[in-house]
Amino acid sequence: MGWAIALHGGAGDIPLDLPADKRQARENALKHCLDIGVSPLKLGRSPLDVVELVVRELENHPLFNAGLGSVLTADGSVEMEACIMDGNTKKCGAVSGLKTVVNAISLARLLMEKTPHIYLAFEGAEAFAREQGVETQEPSHFITPANVERLKQAKEANRVQLDYTQSIEKEVKVETHEVSGDSQLGTVGCVAVDGDGNLATATSTGGVVNKMAGRIGDTPIVGAGTYANTYCAVSATGIGEAIIRGTIARDVAALMEYKGVSLKEAADYVVKNGAPEGTFGLIAVSATGEIAMPFNTTGMFRACASQDGSSEIAIH
Amino acid sequence: MGRWAIAVHGGAGIDPKLPLERQEKAKHLLARCVNLGASALRTNNLSALDVVELVVRELETDPVFNSGQGSVLTEKGTVEMEASIMDGLKRRFGAVSGLSTVKNPISLARLVMEKSPHSYLAFSGAEEFARQQGVEMMENEYFITQDNVGMLKQAKEANAILFDYRIPTTGLENCCAVEADNPTMMNGLPMSVYAPETVGCVVVDKEGRCAAATSTGGLINKMVGRIGDSPIIGSGTYACKLCAISCTGEGEAILRGTLARDVAAVMEYKDLRLQEAVNFVIKERLDDGGKAGLIAVSNNGEVAYGFNTNGMFRGSATEDGFTEIGIWE
Repeated sequence: MGWAIALHGGAGDIPLDLPADKRQARENALKHCLDIGVSPLKLGRSPLDVVELVVRELENHPLFNAGLGSVLTADGSVEMEACIMDGNTKKCGAVSGLKTVVNAISLARLLMEKTPHIYLAFEGAEAFAREQGVETQEPSHFITPANVERLKQAKEANRVQLDYTQSIEKEVKVETHEVSGDSQLGTVGCVAVDGDGNLATATSTGGVVNKMAGRIGDTPIVGAGTYANTYCAVSATGIGEAIIRGTIARDVAALMEYKGVSLKEAADYVVKNGAPEGTFGLIAVSATGEIAMPFNTTGMFRACASQDGSSEIAIH
Repeated sequence: MGRWAIAVHGGAGIDPKLPLERQEKAKHLLARCVNLGASALRTNNLSALDVVELVVRELETDPVFNSGQGSVLTEKGTVEMEASIMDGLKRRFGAVSGLSTVKNPISLARLVMEKSPHSYLAFSGAEEFARQQGVEMMENEYFITQDNVGMLKQAKEANAILFDYRIPTTGLENCCAVEADNPTMMNGLPMSVYAPETVGCVVVDKEGRCAAATSTGGLINKMVGRIGDSPIIGSGTYACKLCAISCTGEGEAILRGTLARDVAAVMEYKDLRLQEAVNFVIKERLDDGGKAGLIAVSNNGEVAYGFNTNGMFRGSATEDGFTEIGIWE
């Protein structure tokens, strides 16, 4: 028992020889975001507040594919999406197709709390954001030079880069310092539980490089990229289509609920059987404070901490 | 060789005072769609995936139910349709949301599955893809029926109810007086104003392949941009090797309950049979008094349905000659 928290910054084919400076920058960012979550958890803030807080921080960090630093669609714009869910009430909120909202995750939470709907998208979601007075920026604010370069390379390779799976520069034989090594194509997410077993999850993303305008991935889909109930809270990352098809996040919870297995067993089973090798990873915490962070890709940017003092920051 | 089976629905949650003439009209359409699917399965040897698309197209094209032409209107008086289709064999799927000009959303969902690098497209991006694919498109007015214009007006008059509905749930859910005072409320609206949300079809073909398809105009007086359960795999629609499911009702309750996936999950993880799984999900997975219904088929040719509303437009047929068309319990 006790509080626990885990977060991720995407899973995929992260090169084992990721340059030390890049590795360090990401580890520092993970550590920073973990600390952002641990302090309020210790002070007794609700897990729902904590996952929102941590995901806001991950969104604001340009090294991760969410909020500022989101990857670009085929027409060079940003379309962000996010989902948040409270385990006790199973209340949830989800948004897609955001172009100006600084923190998609907070808009998802407002939707959950202020409207009778769960999921709003595109212009309707933007209109709701204006109505609620959340912070917005020009669409260009979210576009980083690294992502302009990624889109260029993806277009040259003439494909939708669905994941880290292949580093694009190998195919097109362009060595670009800015982009090599980590395609920044996952998602960000956070799951947390407090000492009373209250659970919450949040996931946010810019989607996949060179995606068609209007594409929706697994992140905002309750039961796919994001799910929480009274057993556990889960956030998944990887190839969206595979995660939706495998109802990955719900299945971790369903296995605990219907088969009575532990969080670790459930998470390991889903990572092995829920979708093909090389497609995704997930983070999860249970009501009793267990943590699981399995993945079937080369790596997953991840971090966790729990009340018993254990803590981990890892990539591969 | 397995046995084929088909089930269709036209939404759950029906005004008990629905005029008999409209009930008859709905039953005729359900019967026509069941027969359409059954004869395709019997004689043409179409796959389950082809049949669910065929049947849902028919339901969309007829204005009787809320999808395609006849879709209910958003708060702005427009139509925003959504749909999803799933093939149980490989669990491939396609989904669309926010369509305002595509005549048959379910066919666009299938094209998203087969011709795009993605699985789910929405709003202007989905419309753009529709133009690229050359599917049949109509002016938004085509989808708007006079009935729905009137319904929107009534819903707006009852607006306070819609927005009071979810917000004060704490404290109210344990209060049985609320239930008793409002016996015919759904989605925060009096049943007389409420239009069932969705159409759907599930099929298992002779080779034991399962498929599901769901299509809707969504919730009357919804906010522009609102997405419900119909396009969400695992909530409104799900198919795998074991079974196929299509849900209808209060979208938000279905989403929270991941209703469609859970029918399959309790079969997979608890070894329940299809009808047991359906009963379990309707009883256990709809929290806060959420109201919904669903239809399902299994790979061995069983058909099942369940609902906790006061009715669900439904029809089904199986290879051994069983047929049923129903509205009430």
